[in-house]
Amino acid sequence: MATAEQTVQQTAGRVRKRFAGLKPLEIVARDWRRNKYLYLMLLPVILYYFIFQYVPIYGSVIAFQDFNPAKGISGSTWIGFQNFTNFFQSFYFGRLIQNTLVISLLDLVLGFPAPIILALLLNELRWGPFRRLVQTITYMPHFISIVVLVGMMVDFTAKDGLFNTLISQTVGGQPILFMQKPELFPFLYVLSGVWQNIGWGSIIYLAAITTIDPTLYEAAMVDGANRFQQIRHITLPGITPTIIILLILRLGSTMAVGFEKILLMYNPLTMQTADVISTYVYRKGVLEADYGFSAAVGLFNSVINFTLLTLSNRFSRRMGDTSLW
Amino acid sequence: MHSKTKRSLSELIFDYSNVLLMLVLVAITFYPLLYIVSASLSDPTLLAQHRGLLATPLGFSIDAYIRVIQNPSIVTGYRNTIFYVGAGTAIDVTLTTLGAFVLSRRNVLWKEPILFLIIFTMFFSGGLIPTYLLVSRSLGWVNSPLALIIPGAIQTYNLIIMRTAFQEVPYELEEAAKIDGANDFQVLVQVYLPLIKPVLAVMILFYAVGHWNSFFPALIYLRDRNLYPLQLFLREILIQNQTDSMTTTTATGDVQMVAETVKYATIVVVTLPILVVYPFLQRYFVKGVLIGGIKG
Repeated sequence: MATAEQTVQQTAGRVRKRFAGLKPLEIVARDWRRNKYLYLMLLPVILYYFIFQYVPIYGSVIAFQDFNPAKGISGSTWIGFQNFTNFFQSFYFGRLIQNTLVISLLDLVLGFPAPIILALLLNELRWGPFRRLVQTITYMPHFISIVVLVGMMVDFTAKDGLFNTLISQTVGGQPILFMQKPELFPFLYVLSGVWQNIGWGSIIYLAAITTIDPTLYEAAMVDGANRFQQIRHITLPGITPTIIILLILRLGSTMAVGFEKILLMYNPLTMQTADVISTYVYRKGVLEADYGFSAAVGLFNSVINFTLLTLSNRFSRRMGDTSLW
Repeated sequence: MHSKTKRSLSELIFDYSNVLLMLVLVAITFYPLLYIVSASLSDPTLLAQHRGLLATPLGFSIDAYIRVIQNPSIVTGYRNTIFYVGAGTAIDVTLTTLGAFVLSRRNVLWKEPILFLIIFTMFFSGGLIPTYLLVSRSLGWVNSPLALIIPGAIQTYNLIIMRTAFQEVPYELEEAAKIDGANDFQVLVQVYLPLIKPVLAVMILFYAVGHWNSFFPALIYLRDRNLYPLQLFLREILIQNQTDSMTTTTATGDVQMVAETVKYATIVVVTLPILVVYPFLQRYFVKGVLIGGIKG
């Protein structure tokens, strides 16, 4: 991301140099003559982003309205922050924040480091074919749909399912109804996520490891560094910028627990720990058609996410020189 | 990377425990998939009586598969999904390629602000409800395949990966083609695309898998069951436990047992196409492709 910034600046410099001494209108005209094909090619892309990204951003002003779809944005009544205060005062507010945070932080603690550790360990495997086998197998679950993943969980954790059979054969005792226990929900959510994404998530770190200068390892070996020291002092520092970038992004989405998987996983019994902000938005907006209110909850969530991202980015820039922008 | 000199004892212990740990990981990852395949091929009655682990099918029966492919929902779902994957991926890849190519060119005056506005959407978006209102009401795409194909057409992260790939092609190639009289579109199609084929292949895979596995847009925009993709039918079968349509023909006592094998067979039928394709593209994942994500 940092390099994207640099190329943007370089381009700007080149463009300025080429057009030095021209009036702004002439610059635009020359650029159009030179690049009209490029702009025509870009047109559908611009339309896409305008319609499907920026129109909805504009559309989120209904958060400040008693929105009536029949009247549209221009015809609906503006009610200021009423939707927001309603949400803050509702019974659900505290519970949603808590559930979102618990699931997200558990995922941060278990889900974020897992692919890093896997990448470091994969990198230490000496026999190539075995390494590729481990990679092929651990990437597989990434290609399984969420519907199938949750379906497998429902089936394996059923009363007479695989998990309970194994538990009764080894430990004994009553079958555990995993999917109906609110206290287990965050763990099921996070651990199934680790199972599905540990391999795929490790790819980006493996890619980062391949960019480390091999002479560093040679020099370290000459100096008598053992494998642990090499991991600790070469491999890990080598992928630290990648880790930090991904950590910034991850922290920025602390309050952005997705709804798709939870929607399939939760049920009335686990709602008290499973319901997060995004699933609440879905129920209120799509199912109950309370558009202004649900848009307000969604906007509140987006603003928090963006703020968190900006803060963690600023923090990281202050600590070192790695940042998104 | 590592010396061929004698490993110290602690390093030997590390290597062996590492291999052991990886084997455990492989087992945990692979076993559920193996279980499903074995169970789907098992004899329903034997499977119902069986308790515990399963490495090979108990008995052998492809009854469940016959039932699955005779199920009208699965047939409809398969047909629809293939259409959504085909049309969706074609549009996604085209738009992403166009955007990535243009934004990788030098000396484009408006590139900077456009790139900023595109990257900004990765970090801030209008959210579910305004998008839902736009697609379902303003555009009126309820019960329209368009709702499943157009709104998510460009994944900005993919666009950035591809843009990085285009940037790595030497600029001289563009100049040479231009001297030969090629316009920008011809430069893209005839010169650049052939050079980034591996990245293009991975983009196709990413988008195709995304469409194949997607269920949420279909859930909120489609009412007509004839338009449902596989994943929605799958949700009914696996999570809401509605295997009735596939079990009504059997004698009542067997219904439950058959339902189990049918469930597993359905998972296999729906997941296998992707798991078969992806290993062939695997070598491209690390090399070059996701590096684009880091650099970009």
